[in-house]
Amino acid sequence: MTTLLRADGLGLSYGRRWALSDCTLDVPTGRVVGLVGPNGAGKTTLLNLAVGMLTPSSGTIEVLGGRPGASTAQLAKVGFVAQGTPTYPGLSVEEHLRLGARLNPGWDDALARGRIGRLGLDLSHRAGKLSGGQRAQLALTLGLAKRPELLILDEPVASLDPLARREFLQDLMEAVAEQELSVVLSSHLISDLERVCDYVIVLVASRVQLVGDIDTLLATHHRLTGPRRDPARLPSDQQVISASHTDRQSTFLVRTEAPIHDPHWTVSELSLEDLVLAYMGHTGSDRGTGPPGQAGHRPTLEVLQ
Amino acid sequence: MIEFHLDSRSGLSPYMQLVRQVRQALRLGVLSEGEQLPTVKDVVAQLAINPNTVLKAYRELEHEGLVAARPGVGTFVTATLTDTSLAAHGPLRQELRRWLAKARRAGLDDESIEALFMTTFRTAAQEDIA
Repeated sequence: MTTLLRADGLGLSYGRRWALSDCTLDVPTGRVVGLVGPNGAGKTTLLNLAVGMLTPSSGTIEVLGGRPGASTAQLAKVGFVAQGTPTYPGLSVEEHLRLGARLNPGWDDALARGRIGRLGLDLSHRAGKLSGGQRAQLALTLGLAKRPELLILDEPVASLDPLARREFLQDLMEAVAEQELSVVLSSHLISDLERVCDYVIVLVASRVQLVGDIDTLLATHHRLTGPRRDPARLPSDQQVISASHTDRQSTFLVRTEAPIHDPHWTVSELSLEDLVLAYMGHTGSDRGTGPPGQAGHRPTLEVLQ
Repeated sequence: MIEFHLDSRSGLSPYMQLVRQVRQALRLGVLSEGEQLPTVKDVVAQLAINPNTVLKAYRELEHEGLVAARPGVGTFVTATLTDTSLAAHGPLRQELRRWLAKARRAGLDDESIEALFMTTFRTAAQEDIA
């Protein structure tokens, strides 16, 4: 299996402030990767590094085996829909398609026009007059008609209403099924990602907290509830992600490859949301026993049903 | 043809929900041998889910010998679950009823019964895996 995204000690600083630091990743192709984290965690920075709009301050990044933005071939392989799904407000839908055809060597005009037709967009309409959902769909059309191997989308559905959001994700997933496309999309809403992604990267405070195949991560994390116990007395192969205690009861979120046989525990499975939230609280080694997010800075992540 | 739906509160992964819905449809006779499952593209477009999720569910069903993929055509039902398991339902239900009556006589309320059942069920499932 080839590598979609490989980063080694990747970092980016603005002066003294590190927007992203010590980021090491190895993501396989053919995935729909969700990049999650609170606002300001470094999601946009990582995506901009992946498309070559930013140059690393430290470490390296490779996308589909090449340096981002290094050549026209590399640029043709990666599509990018920036935050807010930007379009040119003064240009018509038709002009957007012509621009796309001019700028992209692998442009699939039939695909672009077919999609615009299905969406019911008027070719003579100016992009500035489109609704948020229509604008997002236009930006997605441009990204897909470029026929990239990887499509990167930065918070593509953040400003859309639930119906437009659903339609956008349906179309994106349909394209993944049809075009053998890999996708990286960021969101601060886990509910957006739960259905569409099979791989997740959790960024908190400019660092990668968790990365991996979602099914594997869910299968190796468990919530244990039972009589109060010192975390030091848990088996050594159980890594404690979060712990909370009452005077009688302990609740641990542990990561382990092995099945849990201890009869004292009630073992329950986790949702992606539980898992991500636990890691968002797990930002330092100084907080082994407190519940996540109780001490110090608490990252904010919106959780919607 | 069946239509899938996803329940985000079920606690089950989307792929497992799809597998169960097919099994359920087979048990109830909603799907029978020779019928086609929705194409991956249709499921993806309908539910806005990852195509890999659908593929994984179909592979699992294939592995169980319930469906078979015909490349370029689609995925078709090759087995049925109705006759064998339906016949077993009656006696199993009776046993379960007797067990429930026993549990109530022992003073367990609804919640205790459910908790006992779920913990035993999970432990047994984990031992099977291990």
